[in-house]
Amino acid sequence: MKNMLKFNQLWFLTRAMFMELIREPAVLFWGILFPILMSLGLGIAFTQKADTERKVGFIADFTDANEISAYLNSYGEISTDSQDTAYPYKLIIPDNQLGNSIFLFKMLKMPEATLKLKRGEINLILIDHNGKPEYHFDPLNPDAQLSYLKLSRVYGQGGQNPAINEAVVKPLTLTGTRYIDFLVPGLIALGIMMACMWGLSYSIIDKRSKKLLRRMLATPMRRSHFLISLMSVRAIMNLIEAFLLYIFVYFAFDIRISGSLAAAALLFIAGNTAFAGISVLLSSRTSNTEIGNGMINAVVLPMMVMSGIFFSYHNFPDWSIPFIQNLPLTMLADGFRSVFTEGAGIQEVMMPVVILSSIGVVLFGVGLKIFKWH
Amino acid sequence: MYTMQNVIEVKGVFKSFKDVKAVRGVDLVIPEGEFLGLLGPNGAGKTTLVEMIEGIQHPDKGEVLIFGKHWKGNEYELREQLGLSLQETRFFEKLTVYETLRVFASFFDLGKDRVLEVLTLTGLDEKRKAFTVNLSGGQRQRLALGIALLNKPKILLLDEPTTGLDPTARREIWEILKKIKETTSTSMILTTHYMEEAEVLCDRIVVLDHGQILKEGRLTDLLSGTSRNLDELFIELTGRHLHEEYVKV
Repeated sequence: MKNMLKFNQLWFLTRAMFMELIREPAVLFWGILFPILMSLGLGIAFTQKADTERKVGFIADFTDANEISAYLNSYGEISTDSQDTAYPYKLIIPDNQLGNSIFLFKMLKMPEATLKLKRGEINLILIDHNGKPEYHFDPLNPDAQLSYLKLSRVYGQGGQNPAINEAVVKPLTLTGTRYIDFLVPGLIALGIMMACMWGLSYSIIDKRSKKLLRRMLATPMRRSHFLISLMSVRAIMNLIEAFLLYIFVYFAFDIRISGSLAAAALLFIAGNTAFAGISVLLSSRTSNTEIGNGMINAVVLPMMVMSGIFFSYHNFPDWSIPFIQNLPLTMLADGFRSVFTEGAGIQEVMMPVVILSSIGVVLFGVGLKIFKWH
Repeated sequence: MYTMQNVIEVKGVFKSFKDVKAVRGVDLVIPEGEFLGLLGPNGAGKTTLVEMIEGIQHPDKGEVLIFGKHWKGNEYELREQLGLSLQETRFFEKLTVYETLRVFASFFDLGKDRVLEVLTLTGLDEKRKAFTVNLSGGQRQRLALGIALLNKPKILLLDEPTTGLDPTARREIWEILKKIKETTSTSMILTTHYMEEAEVLCDRIVVLDHGQILKEGRLTDLLSGTSRNLDELFIELTGRHLHEEYVKV
């Protein structure tokens, strides 16, 4: 046992790694402040029930454009505010259940309107041919489609304005069903991945490139102690980061863990194990930080995009879903979501916990086998 | 057999990296207390030879014995006896000089007292609270040497410890090493391509080129011919200046 574990070494190594981490202001920003700002920004953007503004260009090349102007003069408002003169006409379609839609109009020539559509400044072009409206928009853009559907219900319908939404709509604004509820577990999972990949992989490669690993190797330092201390410090920092993020969203957005805390803890450990294993394998050979950079990005970027952190991965083609669901980040994010919003317990998360832990242990073993210390 | 006075024995060692023959049949014995200079241009095989003695490279052929023992099976025991300083090492950047020494001291189960002694020995007392990233090149090398001396090593391996330093910083390192020589029985291998360094510090000098020993002996023996200094000796032996880059093919 004496030869296996040297507590003095382990303590000083862990302390050194920890001091190195907390003395780097960028770590505190990217690790703690950035996820909080991200949850705040995205939470406000997608949770707030605000009136939606939609910008429309109508074409003035045709004399019929005057009919649109006349319609807007009759049913809309003409802004006198210098801030709004870019889009001087305003048409409000009221909806007491889903929030008002505010259409801002500007008279344009066709080439200018097309350019603005390409740039995303407007998402609809309206032309009127003798009372027959013509809409130009990208049919693959859901926002443009919605603008078309809402506007076409009122424009060209004999001046019937506004259309009253008489259907019974029950907006889902309960805790657990909002975008922020979807986002936060994903952000925690993403934080674990990013912290491990950059905090472990990059740190190892950097120490190798500076010959610090080689220098330490020349002492009786236990190699395992170096990696244990590095991973422990990373896991502790991940825990602090996740805890602070949770505290923030708890008070800011009233987010609660509806499932088992033990299940969340198991997932947290499994996630750290998985990404620590991937990190050690990834950083096991190279001493070139630029190559390391590229390798880390090659692993994290696809998962960031595909794993459904910010938006559901069910938007991807059906054939790709089974593959995406088996990515470590997807498993971790889905696991956290099930605990946060679906009330999952240990039994429900056992499968991802076992798979993630196995990935971590196997890859760590392989990484250690081929690990280059000098 | 291991004799008490021989701390390092290198016997018929060969080492290649792909097509490059880095070390080709080197024999070397270093007795206790001797300071040995390994002299040769870049690519002569100095670093590879030291890495084999240090136990991080293994010979393709031949053997390396430290205190009569092979590295295999005795690694941790032998590392307790060894001190090492590399040409350029960067440490934990956000740790102070004192904290860095404490970390390395912990590997040898050493405490605060030894760290304070080393700070004094290396003249880094005033810099003990400075982050290592803020040290000058000379101070960083003194820290590297301090780390190498923490465990009062019986063998000190210094791989070009003063390369790139200004003359003042270089002399500060020499003074520390001279003090070690005077006060301990530590054996040292110093790789360098500075003639003056080898002349000032070493009892015996081994001239290496193309992975082979060209000549070895005490400075007075080496210069007993027509050469007035080691620079001239190297030109006499190889037809090249010591500082000409040797490109491996």
